Amino acid sequence: MKTSEEDLPPGVVSTPPPRSSTSGRGRRWVWLGVAPFFLYTFLFLLYPAISILLGAFQDENGNITLKLVRSLSEQGSLDAYWTSIKLSVITAVLGGLFGLLIAHAAIAGRLPRWVRTTLTTFSGVAANFAGVPLAFAFISTIGFTGVITKFLNDSLGFDLYGTGFKLYSFWGLVIVYLYFQIPLMVLVIAPAIDGLRREWREAAENLGATATQYWRHVALPVLMPSLLGAGILLFGSAFGAYATAYALTSGRLPLVPLLIGQVTTGNVLSDPHYGNALALGMVLVLGVTMTLYAILQRKASRWQR
Amino acid sequence: MAALRRRRWLTLGVLWLALATAYFVVPLLATLQFSLQPSRTGYGLDAYRTILQDPGFRESLYFSFKLAVFTVIISLVLLVPTAYWVHLKLPRIRPVIEFLTILPFVIPPIVLVVGLLQGFRWTPTWFYGGYLILVVGYAVLAFPYVYRSLDAGLRAIDIHTLSEAAQSLGARQSTVLFRVILPNLRAALLSAAFLTLALVMGEFTMGQLMQFPTFAVYIGYVGQTQATGAAALSLLSFAITWVAMLGILFAAGRGAGGRAAQVGGTH
Repeated sequence: MKTSEEDLPPGVVSTPPPRSSTSGRGRRWVWLGVAPFFLYTFLFLLYPAISILLGAFQDENGNITLKLVRSLSEQGSLDAYWTSIKLSVITAVLGGLFGLLIAHAAIAGRLPRWVRTTLTTFSGVAANFAGVPLAFAFISTIGFTGVITKFLNDSLGFDLYGTGFKLYSFWGLVIVYLYFQIPLMVLVIAPAIDGLRREWREAAENLGATATQYWRHVALPVLMPSLLGAGILLFGSAFGAYATAYALTSGRLPLVPLLIGQVTTGNVLSDPHYGNALALGMVLVLGVTMTLYAILQRKASRWQR
Repeated sequence: MAALRRRRWLTLGVLWLALATAYFVVPLLATLQFSLQPSRTGYGLDAYRTILQDPGFRESLYFSFKLAVFTVIISLVLLVPTAYWVHLKLPRIRPVIEFLTILPFVIPPIVLVVGLLQGFRWTPTWFYGGYLILVVGYAVLAFPYVYRSLDAGLRAIDIHTLSEAAQSLGARQSTVLFRVILPNLRAALLSAAFLTLALVMGEFTMGQLMQFPTFAVYIGYVGQTQATGAAALSLLSFAITWVAMLGILFAAGRGAGGRAAQVGGTH
């Protein structure tokens, strides 16, 4: 054991078993090991957050004002928040539902193993394939001159755009967002579905339970904490999405991220402090969601016991 | 009775999977066909030829790759020692580190970029005007992926025994980290690097708001003028994501902690 201990800062020498048995003198040195991380996180994550908070209460000259925060309650801002929240909730619920069903079919159904492997691998790709390329993929598919739009018109005589459908509308955006929401759900919920024992379903079936009863009384209660967590993740991923919406709608739909983009980039509308106020609002919405999640999570896991 | 019901379950499952496959595959095939559509002259590969000849394509691809490499370096240099240290000496603060590294999942890029632009406005132009501020932000976005990957890798090996064995043989702390721990973390490091690569190569929000010509910003720009070119680039972007994911699978096959974290992306 008498090794090169002189080279080390005092207290850093790890004498065998004791894991955190740092001497009084060494305790301070041990913290140095994580100092760079805390410094970086403070500078580039917490300090920007604080800057938003402060920036939202200042005008262009640095004077303190409530004007910008108050402007959040104006019609335009409220519309944007309402549309953003609606879009996030709808895509989180639909994406969560479809993702759950697909993952359940591939994992708990008696299907060959490769189905599951393919599904999780593809989900890994699809959840990361988002933003501008995703928007253009859908424009090429069911956009105004898209391949499927043409096919429906030429072969089946069905005019998709004659029905009033628009890809850059709210429901168009829902369809596109599901392309990353469903795979995200599959990835997040797969471990939880693994935890559903096959015997539980067999027992339920043998006792004469219908599929609905099995889900209502067995599967859902067990999955509930994971479902809530996944739902929050999906909500957040849609709520913060900017690239997909930007490329798809060119700002025609009032969404908070698009509004922030408009007032932050240097064009005529540029008003960075209003951008700060909008961003602060987003953080608040996400914060409320997380709090709600923490409360529901506690309820759900209590119910499980 | 039960068997009949079971068969119905199976059929229902297969039906769901078939529908899902259609929803996920059709847009890709349609994009391929769209990108091969005749433009004004000739047929077929026109869109690809135009893109390949555009200097903006090569430049933005190279630029984004450079950003990705820097981001990988910064996030690994920062998080590897941190994760190792926390596992070895400070297991008590693991929840704190976990919370901080998961925060970028909660704070979306659009908010982070506003904060960076607002908070660092007073800094000299070599930071504020250069792409360093973008890389620094990308490293934050990569935190959840990189840390979770490293954390899983460290959990899978017995770092206490390894560290003590190395130290009792006379290794210094830095030698332990570089010659003992890191080689054992190869899979986790690789998958963290590939995830970060996929993240940065496709990132649009921060690049656009800071007005840098990244690959995704270039795709968006092309899309405003030539739809077929944008389709071709979208497929290429999809291929890059695939390569990164296959890299992770490959890394996972080689050791611990590879598949820990592959959730997400910025949308």
